[in-house]
Amino acid sequence: MFSGFFLTVRRHGVKVSITEYLDLLRAVQQQLVFADLEQFYQLARLCWVKNETDYDKFDRACSEYFDGVEQLDLISAIPDDWLTPGLLRQLSEEDKAALQSLGGLEALLKAFRERLAEQQGRHAGGNKWIGTGGSSPFGAYGFHPEGIRVGQQGSGARRAVKVWDERQFQSLSSDEVLNNRSLQLALRQLRRFARSGAQSELDLNDTISATSKQAGLLDLRYQRERHNAVKLLLLFDIGGSMDDYIHECRQLFNAVRAEFKHLEFFYFHNCVYETLWRDEKRRPQDAVSTTQLLHTYGHDYKLIFVGDATMGPYEISYPGGSVEHFNSEAGEVWLQRLLAQFPQAVWLNPQPEDWWSHYASIGQINKICSGRMFGLTLDGLASAINQLKHKY
Amino acid sequence: MRFQSNDSYIVTPELALAVNAAVTLQKPLLIKGEPGTGKTELAKALAVALDTDLLQWHIKSTTKAQQGLYEYDAVSRLRDSQLGDARVHDIANYIKPGKLWQAFTAAKPPVLLIDEIDKADIEFPNDLLHELDQMAFDVYETGQTVRALQRPVVIITSNNEKELPDAFLRRCFFHYIRFPDADALERIVDVHLPGLSKQLLSEALQSFFGLRELPALKKKPSTSELIDWLRLLLAEQVTPEQLKQSRETGGLMPLFGALLKNEQDVALVEKLLFMAKRAR
Repeated sequence: MFSGFFLTVRRHGVKVSITEYLDLLRAVQQQLVFADLEQFYQLARLCWVKNETDYDKFDRACSEYFDGVEQLDLISAIPDDWLTPGLLRQLSEEDKAALQSLGGLEALLKAFRERLAEQQGRHAGGNKWIGTGGSSPFGAYGFHPEGIRVGQQGSGARRAVKVWDERQFQSLSSDEVLNNRSLQLALRQLRRFARSGAQSELDLNDTISATSKQAGLLDLRYQRERHNAVKLLLLFDIGGSMDDYIHECRQLFNAVRAEFKHLEFFYFHNCVYETLWRDEKRRPQDAVSTTQLLHTYGHDYKLIFVGDATMGPYEISYPGGSVEHFNSEAGEVWLQRLLAQFPQAVWLNPQPEDWWSHYASIGQINKICSGRMFGLTLDGLASAINQLKHKY
Repeated sequence: MRFQSNDSYIVTPELALAVNAAVTLQKPLLIKGEPGTGKTELAKALAVALDTDLLQWHIKSTTKAQQGLYEYDAVSRLRDSQLGDARVHDIANYIKPGKLWQAFTAAKPPVLLIDEIDKADIEFPNDLLHELDQMAFDVYETGQTVRALQRPVVIITSNNEKELPDAFLRRCFFHYIRFPDADALERIVDVHLPGLSKQLLSEALQSFFGLRELPALKKKPSTSELIDWLRLLLAEQVTPEQLKQSRETGGLMPLFGALLKNEQDVALVEKLLFMAKRAR
């Protein structure tokens, strides 16, 4: 029973186990819900989905599996006047101009109603009927620049199919860009506690057992305090194309500074060469030679590059390729030196991951870092931290 | 038993289903949601509905799983031994049952609330896996096994500060409390502040939802803040006309301190209202 549904949900990336599958069967057996698709959907979600960031994946799985189980009745589901105000609010000036290609909003709405009347049932794909995934101007999840989107906005009709078609939890999906707090929480995963420094904390348990051993003669024992022992070295790309991401970088920087005591940070422009800077203004008096950096910090430092890695390919691979000065050794050489000194290293890239393939330099750097480039999103940061935890 | 809205707590059908499933199948129920959406209140309401006791275990960053089971008070035993107290010979005198122990051995299965589990150390949920699954644990000092006579109803809340381990999640049901819509919110307010005038409420809700729609707020005001604010409005005898006026003239709403808990948010709202006023 429901094994097809179970497999569909798993295929959509919700990690459901057999135990949870059995839980749902047990719940159905207890007749917690009976012959009600919407309640079944809620029950299945209760048993199977353990994180609100996965609700959207689950909704999509339901949408796929139950497609055709219950027909979506558009004509009764969409009241006439409901379309206009909601639609008008969402249109920008550009959209309104683009609308003219179909003869303006009035004409589009009129065409929508006509087609709605012509259409008999639910429809997916294709380019004329109102439905999902097609390129008709009307429907959901489709690709028509000036289309009307149907199904993802709430309507008064609480039909079961509508509930997941609304995809209300879309915004909770975890590829969203970070805010400061979520960042800090993500970084917390990197903490490694170790006892270090002078023995100043009273070790109560040890004192008690030692005292007991001496038949009640007090024997005080001390221990070292627990500190976060992780050491971080941050290298920020600054200026030029990075200006677009200054907000994200500042947030990352603030979060990191609050979380780690052993933290060193330096700035570079586009690619690392023989000089780094301690200040984002990159004045000569703040310059530090990269060789000095390599000799100052030990292997136990974890290295994080933050940069969009978007530059001319020659800036990485050729001597003299830098846009600012004549570098006698290629950026690639310096990158490799840094990576050799700090084996636990990642590159965080604020560029959206979908764009990476469009820039040759991103591929180059990713190859030099042996694939350790991650997006500056919650998911990316989590994978980056996982990577940093690996021992070499 | 069917858990449903009563005269002090409003549940959505979704949440009622979640609670009923957890009670029927005797599984812990993990509740998440924005702060102030009534996660802790749920446990209290459930205890009233089931007519049983509520045991609250509030988790702090220093809380250890062991403290929920029992604590062995070695220091007082040590002290007693030096004073020659006769109690010292029985180790059981120095074992203090924790919340889980109390819940397991209560005559009538209570509601056990494990509040804000995400505040504890990352390993905390893992240490409770067996105890929540089997509802039993061993007391090493005395060699005794504490087993639940009847399984208590366990409600766990989390504010999402830490990821909970998968193994732990597998043993729970999960429900995310969504922010209530305007209708549900009116019913909730009605339960907390009966006799509030309809006019004041609708004006206040308009201002409130307007505030929640601002995208850049650091902390969106939630249900509990709305109720506090309404209480203040009542106490200060603010009239609906005053609320309306403040909204139309582009000033901050009266007593905004109850809704906005962050000086950056206050500054942001002030600026937006000022700009809206100028555009008019």
